[in-house]
Amino acid sequence: MSAITSRMVRKQSGRRRAGGRVGRGIVGVAVAVLAAQLLSVSGAISPTSLPPMFEVLGSTGHLFVDPSFLREVLATIQAAVTGLAIATAIAVPAGLVLGSFRLLNQAASAVVEFLRPIPSVALIPLAILLFGQGAQMKVSLVVYASVWPIFFNTIYGVRDVEPLAKETARIFRIPPLRVLTHVLLPSAAPFVATGIRVAAAIALIVTISAELLAGSADGLGAWILRMSSGGANLALVYAGTIFAGLLGLVVNWLLVRGEQRLFRWRREGVGAA
Amino acid sequence: MLTANHLSHTYGSGAGAHAALADIDFTVEQGELVSIVGPSGCGKTTLLRTLSGLMRPTGGSVTFHGDEIVEVPTGLAMVFQDYSRSLYPWLTVEDNVRFPLRRLHLPKEELRSRIDEALAAVGLTGHAAKYPGQLSGGMQQRVAIARALAYRPEILLMDEPFASIDAQTREDLEDLVLEVKQRFSMTIIFVTHDIDESVYLADRVVVLSKPPTRVVTILDVPLPGERDQISTKELPEFIRLRGEVARLIRHPRDAQEPVAAAAG
Ligand SMILES: Nc1ncnc2c1ncn2[C@@H]1O[C@H](COP(=O)(O)OP(=O)(O)OP(=O)(O)O)[C@@H](O)[C@H]1O
Ligand SMILES: [Mg+2]
Repeated sequence: MSAITSRMVRKQSGRRRAGGRVGRGIVGVAVAVLAAQLLSVSGAISPTSLPPMFEVLGSTGHLFVDPSFLREVLATIQAAVTGLAIATAIAVPAGLVLGSFRLLNQAASAVVEFLRPIPSVALIPLAILLFGQGAQMKVSLVVYASVWPIFFNTIYGVRDVEPLAKETARIFRIPPLRVLTHVLLPSAAPFVATGIRVAAAIALIVTISAELLAGSADGLGAWILRMSSGGANLALVYAGTIFAGLLGLVVNWLLVRGEQRLFRWRREGVGAA
Repeated sequence: MLTANHLSHTYGSGAGAHAALADIDFTVEQGELVSIVGPSGCGKTTLLRTLSGLMRPTGGSVTFHGDEIVEVPTGLAMVFQDYSRSLYPWLTVEDNVRFPLRRLHLPKEELRSRIDEALAAVGLTGHAAKYPGQLSGGMQQRVAIARALAYRPEILLMDEPFASIDAQTREDLEDLVLEVKQRFSMTIIFVTHDIDESVYLADRVVVLSKPPTRVVTILDVPLPGERDQISTKELPEFIRLRGEVARLIRHPRDAQEPVAAAAG
C-alpha cells in the first residue's frame, strides 16, 4: 500500500517536474525571441542580417499552410525516412550478429574503425558522382551517416543481455535463430530504439545539408538555398531554418513517445529480490 | 537415469582457482525425487549447472540415459535459483510460459490447456496478462515454476525454488511438486537449504560437505509415498531423518558412523 502511494507520488511529482521544465522552456524561448526582436528593432544588429523576430515568426506561421513549401518538406522527410529505414535494416541484423559472436566482432571492428570517422558531408561529392543530385544521393548519405549509432547501440544492447536469459534459452533448447530474434533482439530493443532516435536526428541534418550543399532540385535545404540566393527574403530564410529545428523537435518527441509505449514492461519497478 | 561420475569443477586457474566441487558421485533413478542439501556456497548451483549440460565440468562426467552430456539434453528442464533474471521481462506471464513450448509443436488445445493448468497449479490464473516486472518476487518464482511444469520434462532440476515464497504457499508448492512427480512420473532433483523440505519431498537426500565439496552421505527416506504436510512431519521416522540431516550438515565427521548403514 505504502509502496503504491509512494509510486503514485513519484509519478505525480515526475509529471510536475516535466510540466515545470516545459514551462521554463517556454519562458526561455519567449525571452530569446524578445531579445532578438529588441536587437533588430533597436538597430543594434542591422535588420538586413537579423530581421525583426516577430516578422520571422509570422513567416514561419505562413509556411505551415503553404502547399508548395510543404511539398519540399515532404521530399526531405521522405529521403530521411527512407535512409533511416534502410540503415535500420542493415545495422540491426549486423549488430545482432556481430554483438553475439566475439570473433566476428573483432574481425569486423578494424573495418568499422576505419569507416566511422569519415564525416558524411565529406562523402557528398562521391555520392553525387555515384547517384547524381536526386533523392538517391540524399538517401545514400543518410544511410551512411545513420547506420553507426544504430549499429553500435545494437551491439551494446546485445552485450548487455542478461546471461541467464541466454542460459534459459539453452535449457529449453531454443534454436539459435529464434534466440536471436526472440531473446537477443527484444532484450536489446531499448538500446536499438535509442540508436534509431539518435540516427533520426542525424538523418534530418544530413538530408538538409546534402540538399543545401549539392544543390538538390527539391527539399527543405534546397528551398532555404533558393530563398537565400536571390538575397531576397531574409525573414523567409530564418523561417525555413526555424521550421527545420521544429521538425527535429517533433520527430524526437514522437520517437520518445513511441519508445515509452513500446517498452512499458521496462518502466514497471521490478519487484524482485 | 542421470549419473554423476567423479564430477569435479574448479573455477579459474592458477592462484585464483577455486575448487567448487571436489568429487561427486551419485545416480538418480527414473521417477525418483532426490533432494540435495549442503552448506551455503558449497557448489549446489555449480552442480546443477554441470548436471544440466549448461557447463562442462572440469573433471569427471555426467551421463543421461547412458550418454555423456555435452549440451543440454532434450527432456530436461531447470528452475533457476535466480528466477527473476531467467524470466523474459518483455513477455507477459502467459507468454513466458508459452515460450519454450513452441518448439514442441503441440496441438492448439493442448498448448492452451498446458498453459492454463500450469498457471492454475501455481495460483497465477488471474495474472496471465501481467509482465514479470509487475509481480512480487514470490510470484515471479511461481511463473518460472509454471514454465517448467508446462514443458513437462522427463527430468526437472530445481535450484532452491521456494526460497522467496511464504510458508503457506511454500507448502502448497511442495505438494504440487509431489503431485506432478506422481502424475507425469517426472524425475526431480531438488536443491534446498531447508532440511524439513529436503526430507519431506525426497526419496533420497544427498548431503554435501563444505568445499572442496564431496558427497557426505546419501540417505534413504523410507517414508510412505503419500505425504502430508502435518501427519508426515509428525512421524518418528521423519523426525529422526531431519535430525540426521541437520547433524550431517553441521558435523559431517561425527555423524558419519551411525548413518553408514543408511547410505545408498
Ligand atoms: N562463475 C564463477 N566463477 C568463479 N567462481 C564461481 C562462479 N560461480 C560460482 N563460483 C564460486 O563457486 C562456489 C560455489 O558456488 P555455487 O553458486 O555453486 O554455490 P551454492 O551452493 O549454489 O551457493 P548458494 O547456497 O548461495 O546458492 C562459490 O564459492 C562461488 O563463489
Ligand atoms: Mg546456489
